[in-house]
Amino acid sequence: MSHILIHIVLLLVMPPLLLGVIGKTKALFAGRIGPPLLQPYYDLSKLFQKGSVFSTTTTWVFRAGPVVGLATALLAGMLIPFGGHSAPVSFNGDMILFAYLFALGRFFTATAALDTGSAFEGMGSAREVTFSCLAEPALFFGFLVLAKLSASLSLTTMLDGTFPLGAGVAAPSLVLVAASLFIVLLVENCRIPFDDPNTHLELTMIHEVMALDHSGPAFGMILYGAAMKLFVMGAVLLRVVAPFEHRNPWCDWGLFMAGMLGLAVLIGVVESMMARFRMVFVPTFLVAACLLSAFGVILLLR
Amino acid sequence: MNEWLIILGIALHALSGVPGLFYSRHDDKGQGISVRLAVAGSVFGLAGTVGALWGAVPAGAMMRVDGLSVIFLIPIFLIPALGGIYGTEYWSQQAHPNNGRKLRLFYGLVTAALATVAVSANAILFLIAWEVMAMSAFFLVTTEDEDRAVRQAGWLYLITTHISTLCLFALFALLRVATGSYELGPLPADLVSPGIVTCLFILAVLAFGCKAGLMPLHIWLPSAHAMTPSHVSALMSGVLIKIGIYGLIRITSWLPDPPVWWGGLLLILGAVSGVLGVVMALGQHDLKRLLAYHSIENIGIIVMGVGLALIGRSLDCVEWVVLGLAGALLHVWNHGLFKALLFLSAGAVIHGTHSRDLDHMGGLGRVMPVTALCFAVGAIAICGLPPLNGFVSELLIYIGAFRSLGIGQTLSWSAAAFVAPVLALIGALALACFVKAFGAVFLGTARSRHGEHAHEVGRAMTRPMLVLAVLCVGIGIAPMVVAPVLDQGIMAWAPAGTQSMPRLATLVPFGWISLGSLTLVALLGLFTLAMRKRITQGGATSGITWDCGYAAPSARMQYTASSFAQILGTLFGWIQHPRVRVPRVEAVFLGRTTFKSHVPDILLDVILKPAFRFVAKIFSSFRFLQAGNIHAYLFYIVLFLMALLLWR
Repeated sequence: MSHILIHIVLLLVMPPLLLGVIGKTKALFAGRIGPPLLQPYYDLSKLFQKGSVFSTTTTWVFRAGPVVGLATALLAGMLIPFGGHSAPVSFNGDMILFAYLFALGRFFTATAALDTGSAFEGMGSAREVTFSCLAEPALFFGFLVLAKLSASLSLTTMLDGTFPLGAGVAAPSLVLVAASLFIVLLVENCRIPFDDPNTHLELTMIHEVMALDHSGPAFGMILYGAAMKLFVMGAVLLRVVAPFEHRNPWCDWGLFMAGMLGLAVLIGVVESMMARFRMVFVPTFLVAACLLSAFGVILLLR
Repeated sequence: MNEWLIILGIALHALSGVPGLFYSRHDDKGQGISVRLAVAGSVFGLAGTVGALWGAVPAGAMMRVDGLSVIFLIPIFLIPALGGIYGTEYWSQQAHPNNGRKLRLFYGLVTAALATVAVSANAILFLIAWEVMAMSAFFLVTTEDEDRAVRQAGWLYLITTHISTLCLFALFALLRVATGSYELGPLPADLVSPGIVTCLFILAVLAFGCKAGLMPLHIWLPSAHAMTPSHVSALMSGVLIKIGIYGLIRITSWLPDPPVWWGGLLLILGAVSGVLGVVMALGQHDLKRLLAYHSIENIGIIVMGVGLALIGRSLDCVEWVVLGLAGALLHVWNHGLFKALLFLSAGAVIHGTHSRDLDHMGGLGRVMPVTALCFAVGAIAICGLPPLNGFVSELLIYIGAFRSLGIGQTLSWSAAAFVAPVLALIGALALACFVKAFGAVFLGTARSRHGEHAHEVGRAMTRPMLVLAVLCVGIGIAPMVVAPVLDQGIMAWAPAGTQSMPRLATLVPFGWISLGSLTLVALLGLFTLAMRKRITQGGATSGITWDCGYAAPSARMQYTASSFAQILGTLFGWIQHPRVRVPRVEAVFLGRTTFKSHVPDILLDVILKPAFRFVAKIFSSFRFLQAGNIHAYLFYIVLFLMALLLWR
């Protein structure tokens, strides 16, 4: 019971910290001091205090976008095992619910953007749904590999680090899946080199441009939901890359948190060392991610 | 008892349009009687159908009501009744004096014929009902036959439906030769040679695939769905094309010892239909054509489920059978519900704006709130998103696909697992397409004066839509309710003698799904309240769309449906073959220019029409032989007879 409580608390509290770590890493690479690690928390609390402006063209769809985005990310977080601990909710086929919850969030974020009737936000939402069309099969190829390797259909056992077929069979496919999931993670969470959340040019944005007209608490919810999505998808990747467990369950939590922060540093490093790709290259990389994990499946089917 | 209720329901539907013929064409009384008869027919029919779930119906020589029939009868009785109520306002006799009576007559007939097909146990009755259904649907497609495009859609439908009927004649003739009777039922394995069985399967795929709109036999479907009144489109897409699936499922259950490649063929056909259907839908800017292509996509998903079940039967994997078939059957229901909902909402939009073009609409969400909500429910359901019904049926097929990996054992045909990423691709593309459609129609601001004068439709139209929306939510939240019905369908499909079919509920965690859906709904409610509270505390003002500081944003600055689908269009241009006319930019001060893009049907417009034109051109070079001169014709006859004499 206490582990479930820790799971929920971590899921609610830790996500903005990842953004802080990424920001700090990028600042260090650029030779700046950068904002404090806890800056995302200050931003969120400030946004939740502020007033809001709603465009006269908008309807309930515009207000539903942030709410659905956050609720789906939270529920998806309940399906993922954090570290060596099993997820609070786990059943056969939960990986499908996991993927489709994010799809539901995407439906509402994209329609909320279209509700403003602005060209920029239309662009962002078109790009978001387009790139997900290629990210989604990559994710499912990854699930196929994990399901085959762990001989199970639920995320907790898929990610628990035991491989009945033997580590030798598992390793090549897992490497391919990890690479593909990392690309999916970067795309779905709008990181460089696929999208730049800090760019000043709306024409080149994907995710941020959809939130242009959101303000105050609604915008806070969008940021919080996006951080949570990064956290949850990061937790999946972490378990694929490092499915280690410690004998002491409490140490496991420490390992998990350290791993997540390490992942955030890694993302920060990638962001510092690479330039943003041109928009036309994003689909190419996503197809590559798809094919990587498809090869992972084929390796197991021979 | 139950069988008589069903027969009464069929009879009432068949006669529902007849009284209207005796009233004046400007009199609304006929339509009132017709819709009452149809609703009564549906109530009796549904009572009999649901009753048949508990009390077995004795199998007669002509009629059989088993688990499979029940599953198909329920949407056959439900959706036409709702559509009929909707039609009293949408296609009222006063507004359409010329074709309202005809529409109602054939609307009742097609419903009755569909129900008859689903219960007939005799090949002759099946064929008669099939032909009545096909011909009534032709008259429904050509409701507005004064329009040339409608007549063309009708001819195309007539040709393809008769190709389908022709294959059925061959199918039943072969069956008659093989078994010696017109009775429909399982074929004994020792009686028929494998070659004949394969022929029967191929004929069934052609005949029923054509009716279902399976690619590449779909050519009639988009125009027929787009040109009919919307409640007829709802009936055609929600119910009529499913009768093809019914036939396919029935015939595969009768044929003995299916080889594995049958299931493989269906999987491939289903995957092709699913992906190409949704890709073609992305390119459309006619709202109803877009929905029609989504029917092809969903038929693809259903056929993938059937394929999985068939492979499972060949390999004796009962889990694949249960999951694949349950997914297919549940998707038959779900697609019936959400596609009917979407077509009815689209009809409400067309009723309000008098246009089908996405790029003429926009901002209707504010003037038509109920329609917008219903369309949103349908869109979320068709994308297979939780917590609605589409998610449940896709989940069944997904789990079936994951099981085919051979969890814990090695299996041949594990490649069937590739169904999962294909479904994921279809789902993501469908999501893109419905964000586009919902956004272009209901969000933003009106793009033309069509949209500015729109108004919400009346209760006769909104209530049937709301009923369908509630059913979509209901199956999504409590899927365990329908599981026993699906179990009966699976038992009816499995060959006689198989006892050890696992119950669906033991393979799929229905409890968790509904708990997840309820939690999602609860979280949404909680966060909505929290956000509303914060917004009121922080204070909210309203202004124009900020959009990085435009002082006066206009409706023409919005992203259009075509621009929304443009990136995907370039990615899938090799499928869509878009015909684009880009204006030339020459002068410094441009005059008025237009950009046009149109996505033709990949098979009909890109392949078949050019091919037929080529053939016609070759044959036209023989035209000199037909000079209209009687002496020349007599001469040909003499030549021909001489040739015959010499040959013998």
